[in-house]
Amino acid sequence: MFTYTILILLLPFLSFLVLGLFGNKFSHRVAGLIGTTSLGAVFLLSCYTAYEYFFAVGRGAAGVYEALVPYNITWLPLGTLHFDMGVLLDPISVMMLIVISTVSFMVHIYSFGYMHGERGFQRYYAFLSLFTMSMLGLVVATNIFQMYLFWELVGVSSYLLIGFYYTQKAAIAASKKAFIVTRFADMFFLVGILIFGYYTGSFSFSFVNELKLAEGATAFVPVDAARAVAAGGLLLPTALTLMFIGGAGKSAMFPLHIWLPDAMEGPTPVSALIHAATMVVAGVYQVARLFPLWIAYAPQAMSIIVWVGVITAFYAAAVAMAQSDIKRVLAFSTISQIAFMMVALGVSLPGHEAVLDNHAQLGYMAGMFHLFTHAMFKACLFLGAGCIIHAVHSNEMSEMGGLRKYMPVTHWTFLFSCLAISGIPPFSGFFSKDEIITACFQYSPLVGWVMTGIAAMTAFYMFRLYYGIFWGTENKEAHAHHTPHEAPWTMTLPLIFLTLITVTCGWGVNFGSFVSASGLDYPIHLDTQIAITSTVIAIVSICLATYIYKGERQPVADKLQSAMPRLHQWAYKRFYMDEVYQFITHRIIFAHISKPIAWFDRHIIDGFFNFLAWGTHELGFQIRGFQSGAIQKYAYVFFLGVLALLLIMIL
Amino acid sequence: MDSYNIMFVILAVLIVCASFATVLAKSVLRAAAYLFFALLGVAGMYFLMGYTFLGSVQVMVYCGGIVVLYVFAILLTRGAKDKLSENTKQKIFASALLSLTGLGAFVYAILKANLLHENLFRPEPLYAPSEEATISINTIGRHMLSTDVNGYLLPFEAVSVLLLACIVAALVIARKR
Amino acid sequence: MIELNYILIVSAVMMFAGIFGFLTRRSTLAILLSIELMLNATDLNFAAFNRFLFPGGHVGYFFALFSIAITAAESAIAIAIMINVYRQLKDISVGKLEKMKW
Repeated sequence: MFTYTILILLLPFLSFLVLGLFGNKFSHRVAGLIGTTSLGAVFLLSCYTAYEYFFAVGRGAAGVYEALVPYNITWLPLGTLHFDMGVLLDPISVMMLIVISTVSFMVHIYSFGYMHGERGFQRYYAFLSLFTMSMLGLVVATNIFQMYLFWELVGVSSYLLIGFYYTQKAAIAASKKAFIVTRFADMFFLVGILIFGYYTGSFSFSFVNELKLAEGATAFVPVDAARAVAAGGLLLPTALTLMFIGGAGKSAMFPLHIWLPDAMEGPTPVSALIHAATMVVAGVYQVARLFPLWIAYAPQAMSIIVWVGVITAFYAAAVAMAQSDIKRVLAFSTISQIAFMMVALGVSLPGHEAVLDNHAQLGYMAGMFHLFTHAMFKACLFLGAGCIIHAVHSNEMSEMGGLRKYMPVTHWTFLFSCLAISGIPPFSGFFSKDEIITACFQYSPLVGWVMTGIAAMTAFYMFRLYYGIFWGTENKEAHAHHTPHEAPWTMTLPLIFLTLITVTCGWGVNFGSFVSASGLDYPIHLDTQIAITSTVIAIVSICLATYIYKGERQPVADKLQSAMPRLHQWAYKRFYMDEVYQFITHRIIFAHISKPIAWFDRHIIDGFFNFLAWGTHELGFQIRGFQSGAIQKYAYVFFLGVLALLLIMIL
Repeated sequence: MDSYNIMFVILAVLIVCASFATVLAKSVLRAAAYLFFALLGVAGMYFLMGYTFLGSVQVMVYCGGIVVLYVFAILLTRGAKDKLSENTKQKIFASALLSLTGLGAFVYAILKANLLHENLFRPEPLYAPSEEATISINTIGRHMLSTDVNGYLLPFEAVSVLLLACIVAALVIARKR
Repeated sequence: MIELNYILIVSAVMMFAGIFGFLTRRSTLAILLSIELMLNATDLNFAAFNRFLFPGGHVGYFFALFSIAITAAESAIAIAIMINVYRQLKDISVGKLEKMKW
């Protein structure tokens, strides 16, 4: 029934191969068309899959959507353990298919306009296809190992795309930074997987899942004995926490967030696709994937997720308030919003006897919902930022201001997305954020109020950004020199499409009936008190931002800045996190650990081998005289040897 | 002393003398001629042992083929002037010492091992072999082309390939460029 | 009575005559003649061992036979090489060929 789902993986892969191998043979237009067409097909297939899965197949006997495995091949059998590759369809993976294919398709269309005439256009599309394939493979993974495999592929394609402008030093440094930081986190992920696989004898996501298998697929093997052992001790919590560290690296959680702001050196559509909508939520997706395990075996350890999330959300929001580069603001806002999702997952309370319960684990649904809505409006924001950068050729807010006259489509879509991220009804962000805050209040009032405060900060810095770009002081000098213009239709069309989703999907779709913790239908209902509180707070923040930043001059902002120069400077420099890393890596690790090791390697190890080579050379030089080339001398020595042997043997 | 013993003594003397003459002769051409006699002596030994086919092959291939080839080569390269006396005394002395020591060691080993009187091998004095004891050409042919345990088809084919390669190689190496 | 020992001694004499020639001759062709002597000594040994120790067998016999064939091949190649060397150097003394190590 779902046999066509394999095409969702194969099409982008084929397009990657074609563009990667023969890309230079095609013109820009043809290359872009190949990538976009295959992504369009993937988009349609994903929608069709979602339709089939949610409506044609529908709920099973127990009232839940069953997990289906249309494909599963045992790739590497290792005794009882085996690495599988396959396609797993369940509510969250289908939801992710929709998110990824939609955003990726939009970005493909958008890139036509944005990357127009760039050198390496075909390469760009090849990498986009590779990334899409890896990300899709990640979400449909049937087991943790396959997930890890595609996880790394995603990391590689992210590296390639960040360093797309490989002639710029900053881009190269950023790509290296992203790769190394995420690799560092992935190491923990791998260790977690190995511990998990070793002690439970399985790489499956869940022990309790009874999966309906398509023909020709092999079954998951739940290992009950091992599970009892692992559950008893600290092993499973440790393994899960290690995997969470991996996810935190990919999702840019504090203190592993340092790569994401720098990753903005890549092309803006790439930032929209990878560093806002899809790859960075891989960590959230991973936690959601392992959610049944967290709830069943490590409910206490989930507080780690909560606090890492809260700290990250606050930190990123604080930094975002002081940045002047619009892409950096968006990057920090992404970090903050992903932290919201993490918090949402973490605040799920353990239900009775590890049974998943929609009320206790409201956060699961909320986190996934926010993932969905955030992907749409953040992609829209980034693409909008791309239009703006395209128009004024700068990332700095000082170069902008007053742009609403020049680019109306961008202006309105940007405004709607800002309203969504601030949590103003009826935009989608309001619904998902409200569910998150409700879940936080269930967990503890403290976390609830902190998150409400951070939501207010979100509204403030987003509108600071909005006014800074579209209102505020117009940089007339620069605009006279080069009048900003609205982007071509290939760039505005995705904006409009994403805005439509953002505007409608909050009230138009009952997300809870598709994705929920127990799988049962969960009608989303708003907690009136919390909804009104957060809306009022958001509106107050927006008004504040309007008051401070809307005018031609910003006396309040200047006054605030001069009143607290130290605080502004700290926030602008991201609280010196990069400097801390620099200090730790350079001054401590490099100077006191790596340098002695390098010295040992260079002088002792290399010295030994150099000595061997030198000794052999010297010895050869000394004895080369023996090889005179006189055959009779050789023969004489040879016969002497034979004679000696003979004498030894007969005497 | 039967005729076998007389024949053996004659052949032994021929071989020993011809061998020494080969390595001591002043002219290479002469050396080749003496080698011819040594090889004939060896062929005689084969006949004496009843290996008529082997003896014939020896005569045909060695005496008739290889020695003639050498003679041609010597004449072609005007190597006839080669003199043993061009060597230093020291070199000849050392070589002679080595050879004589080796010979002594060999003979000592042969006598000490005393193969014929060991129980390991039954002593078989040389006598006129019966018709069945000699290896007939028929048997040789069968062995040569059989594929069973006692067959030599594989080495036979290998040698034929070797000879072919050798013909080609000799042509390639020696041809005028 | 003729014994195996006698034939072995004869072949040993032949062998060491060959070795002496190999060590002392200047002309490469003369060295090749010495090699022929040595090879014949071994052939004789093969045949003699077969004849005296395993009268019914034929392994040594065939060894001698194949040895003759291979010797023929070897001398053909060696002579071809020597003729070629002569063409290049107009001299086939071993002393002139010391550069062959390179």
